[in-house]
Amino acid sequence: MNEAIVEKGLFLLSIFSILIFLLIIIFIILESFPAFQHIGISNILFGINWAPDNGFYGILPMILGSIIVTVFALLIAIPLSIGCAIYIEEFSQNHIKTLFKPIIQTLAGIPSIVYGFFGLMVLVPISRDFFGGSGFTILVASMVLAIMILPTIISLSQDAINSVPSEYVESSLALGSTHIQTIKNIILPKASLKITTAIILAMGRAIGETLAIIMVAGNVAEIPTSILSPVRTLTSNIALEMGYAIDIHYNSLFATAVVLFSIIMVLMIISNVIEHKWGC
Amino acid sequence: MKEKFIKVLIFTSGFITILLFVVIIAYILINGIPVISFEFLFANTLNSGREGGILPMILSSIYILILTAIFSIPIGVGIAIYMTQYCKNILLIKFIRFISRCLASIPSIIYGLFGFTFIVLFLRLGWSIFSASLVLSLMAIPTIFQVSEVTLNNIPLNLIESSLGLGATRLQTIISVIIPIAIPGITTGIILALTRAFSEAAAVMYVVGSTFQIPLSIFDTGRPLPLHLYILASEGISFENAYGTATVLIFIVLFITISTNYFVNRYQRRIKYEIKS
Repeated sequence: MNEAIVEKGLFLLSIFSILIFLLIIIFIILESFPAFQHIGISNILFGINWAPDNGFYGILPMILGSIIVTVFALLIAIPLSIGCAIYIEEFSQNHIKTLFKPIIQTLAGIPSIVYGFFGLMVLVPISRDFFGGSGFTILVASMVLAIMILPTIISLSQDAINSVPSEYVESSLALGSTHIQTIKNIILPKASLKITTAIILAMGRAIGETLAIIMVAGNVAEIPTSILSPVRTLTSNIALEMGYAIDIHYNSLFATAVVLFSIIMVLMIISNVIEHKWGC
Repeated sequence: MKEKFIKVLIFTSGFITILLFVVIIAYILINGIPVISFEFLFANTLNSGREGGILPMILSSIYILILTAIFSIPIGVGIAIYMTQYCKNILLIKFIRFISRCLASIPSIIYGLFGFTFIVLFLRLGWSIFSASLVLSLMAIPTIFQVSEVTLNNIPLNLIESSLGLGATRLQTIISVIIPIAIPGITTGIILALTRAFSEAAAVMYVVGSTFQIPLSIFDTGRPLPLHLYILASEGISFENAYGTATVLIFIVLFITISTNYFVNRYQRRIKYEIKS
């Protein structure tokens, strides 16, 4: 009897998680609906002007902004973090390895806002001195994002490298391959699947980051022309204007959220497909 | 020659990454530690954060951390137990796994929007620490579930079967065999989820009210530390106090990770010993 109650209770909890997911989607879509209806889907998605006071609600600059910043962040973060993971797992002594785990954990736990603050106080002035202008640039924003996602990719890549069966590694070494050859031909190909999902996870987090980006990106709603232009991302658009938006402006921010949400969903589905096709 | 070059590349990237974080943390601490005093930690905020301390923010953060833990741990672990011990429907398991992964990767600002329209306005719970904790729990549950599920799935089957074979019911087995073994793994997941909730600012900025009086109850408005840091820095109110707040944040995260690592390690050693003997 007792047992059955527990089982039913836990079952309801599980259904609850599905309901929450649906609730979030439904609410965001419902609130965005008036915007899509009045302004038109293509005017929102492909409009290059964002001027809510004058009735322009194009979010193309923000979509491009989010994508560009994330791509640059990944370009910086991927080589560094995979290199770092290989260094920790393959080249460092055991006692150093155990030291690294809590350090990486702590770095992953440090609020992204602290990294954003560091960017604001240090990287923005450096960019201003070197390249002129305001210093609030795509370059700085991507660097802050890269720093933020480094710990995630490092620790997941470490797990991936660790999970390569040691027989493979030892066979390769026994056959006369050097350590570097083994890493290149055995370990990385074997771990590449998990590393890819780690990168997708980090990508999702980079696209979703909000306040740290606002602090360093300049937030001008225009299509960026160079790596030194200021940029506004989808997330910043929501966070910056939510405080005072009303009516259609308010709904258009939810439309921004719908676009953001769809991008994340596509990433999730890709990572799921990768895992099911080539994983396990 | 080429080998050596690759080796140098790997070493440099490791070195750069470590150097990067040393520089960042050292920079914040060097600027922040001089700001921290007894007054900074335990005095009320004055003049929108230009003067006085950060006691209201520390209290808000602690309230939020505790409430989020109370809401999210039972639900996250409960779902994981159901999925691994009771549920036989593989499709449902896969579906919930996919959903929880999606929920875990929804940007925090979308949770903030949802919290604002649904919890604050639609449910009329208002701006409060309670509402903020609800939003953060929604964010924390998927992570706790995912890590707990992996841990529970990795428990040696012979232990579970021995317990069942000795006549224990499912529930008894869960309580006295499965959970004690799974505690270290589950704790890691909980810490991961709760430090993220603790560090979150975007999800709560339109839910928590963002005032700076000392919160007396969980239904008061509040302002957690990360949000305070954001407002101080982005509105240029006081960079000095922003450094101080950032330093406090780093120390709290450091304290949480080190202490839980220590306890989990000790517990793990004890459990291993008990299973062996």
